[in-house]
Amino acid sequence: MFSMNAIYLVVTGVFFLLLGYIFYSKFIAEKIYRLDPNFKTPAYTKRDNVDYIPTDRIVLWGHHFTTVAGAAPIIGPAIALIWGWLPAFIWVVVGTMFFAGVHDFGALWASVRNEGKSIGSLTGEVVSIRARNLFMIVIFLLLLMVNAVFAVSISNALVATPSSVIPTWSAIAVALVIGVLIYKMHVPILWPTIVGTAILYAVIWVGDQVPVALPDVFMGLSAGPQWILILFGYAAVASLLPVWLLLQPRDYINGIQLFIGLGLLYAAVLLAGPEITAPAYNADAKIIGAPPMLPLLFVTIACGAISGFHGLVASGTTSKQLDKEPDARFVGYLGSLGEGLLAIATIVVVSAGLGSSEEWRAVYSEFGVHGIDTFTRGGAGIVASGLGLPVEFAATLLTVMAVLFAGTTMDSGVRIQRMIIQEWGTIYKMRFMQNHYLATLLAVGSCLILAFGAGGSDGQGGMLIWPLFGTTNQLLAGITLLVISIILVKLKRPSRYTLVPMLFVTAMAFFSGLIQLAGFYENGQYVLLFFDLLIIVAAVLVLQQGAAAFNRERASAV
Amino acid sequence: MGRWKRWLYLADEFYKAPYRSVIAREKRDQEDLFMLLVFSEMMGVPNPASYYTLELQPVLMENFHDWHTRMGMEKSPLDNFRCC
Repeated sequence: MFSMNAIYLVVTGVFFLLLGYIFYSKFIAEKIYRLDPNFKTPAYTKRDNVDYIPTDRIVLWGHHFTTVAGAAPIIGPAIALIWGWLPAFIWVVVGTMFFAGVHDFGALWASVRNEGKSIGSLTGEVVSIRARNLFMIVIFLLLLMVNAVFAVSISNALVATPSSVIPTWSAIAVALVIGVLIYKMHVPILWPTIVGTAILYAVIWVGDQVPVALPDVFMGLSAGPQWILILFGYAAVASLLPVWLLLQPRDYINGIQLFIGLGLLYAAVLLAGPEITAPAYNADAKIIGAPPMLPLLFVTIACGAISGFHGLVASGTTSKQLDKEPDARFVGYLGSLGEGLLAIATIVVVSAGLGSSEEWRAVYSEFGVHGIDTFTRGGAGIVASGLGLPVEFAATLLTVMAVLFAGTTMDSGVRIQRMIIQEWGTIYKMRFMQNHYLATLLAVGSCLILAFGAGGSDGQGGMLIWPLFGTTNQLLAGITLLVISIILVKLKRPSRYTLVPMLFVTAMAFFSGLIQLAGFYENGQYVLLFFDLLIIVAAVLVLQQGAAAFNRERASAV
Repeated sequence: MGRWKRWLYLADEFYKAPYRSVIAREKRDQEDLFMLLVFSEMMGVPNPASYYTLELQPVLMENFHDWHTRMGMEKSPLDNFRCC
């Protein structure tokens, strides 16, 4: 059988991503978005030192990258490997170069050119107010899915790797101490960073020695659902705490983890040089019950190829801090490239680290069951042989890394969800929804319904929400690309570089949504069916209004 | 800036920049509430600490315009003195 060394995959992937940055993003920056170094960005024109503040481009890139990169580019490719490594690899590379880069960069540019407005507000302006309201619903559903799916992923990982329990929860204590030291005691950043990171890795060793498992059954619930309940209880409390105490230091620790983790993975692959044992194309995928690769691959890998969530971050916060317009290329395009690198690392470790071809097939015998666990199993083998660490330690290390990514996203996700509920309370004059605690309860409650409704109650099959999350994410990306295209048409510039990716991701997401709808109906998963239907209807309405606005602008631009 | 200092600056900003706006907004909310307290007597709300807050009014006058516009009032809400 044809076999290939994983190093070739890494080198090819990195090579193409760099080509994308050097040539394609330059072309887009000069010919399409036409970045102007003399343009006064909103960070200056609307400077208030609260939201609008010019920021160093490296800092902004770091912030943007760590906000958008998390557990999703790990889980998505890990699930999508069921169709073989080649389709996943091609989609990640092509998606990052021609889809995600243009999307993230474009959302940032569009926002900067429109007083730092978010994509939601821009939808209201260039499409219609109704489209903006529907857009808010899509965002809320996306957050709901993120929180539900990450809770299920974390609980699966904590059950599969009991040694990661102590390090995962210790990270919260480390974050709390760093938060107090820096915010209250004004300690300079250096020592809390060094000591905090050292403790974090030392605790991984402790976790390895003292694995913690919850009781098999407690009040009728198995270990997985018990963790889900604990996680949401924690997320509710975390979202109500002042940000300087927990979210800020947790994000910082995670950022450091992300850079260390990426460095470790790439170094390990290059040093170990493992052979790829997964099939390039898995012809058995259909036999073992995986849904059709076309279109499901394109929603299973959302983050890592293209993700609507990035547009929210780019236009929500990053655009208000951009120092010079040309920085948008560095921050936006390179930010998505960083995420592509994480996705490529995942593809490599999952296709080369799970043992022989037969062992690989034994792991990938069912669709939507594995996520973080295959990444950690595959990664542990490679990190162990490449860097000479014990396999168990490496497995705990990677699990903690992935769980912390997912955990931090959950914390922020519940917080933003709570804020959206409170905003709805204000808009629709419902006072009870404006209450902090009640809004948090509503946010967490809706996530729990989805997590358990998707099969999390028995600790199995919860990952079935993943493709649905991807569908929502891609529809959101499609809407964002459509808004950018409308702006380009208004400016009488070529819109095909955003319109073609938009048509592709929207079509794939729409058909995936329909296929899943049939699947949920057949399996009697009515909660998921309801959410799927809601997303499709909301997205179709926004897109229909967007298409009308696009044609209107095109007609008037001629 | 030396290389080491640059690294420290980047790390510090990497910590602080993402949450600068959230923290600043929360601080501003607290200050807005304090403004309301200081000017409450003028709007007919009894304030037992007015003896002390009266002294603060000239100090806070500088922020008065920003405050009332932020609170959604285009013009000064107070009858006895104008702002804009």
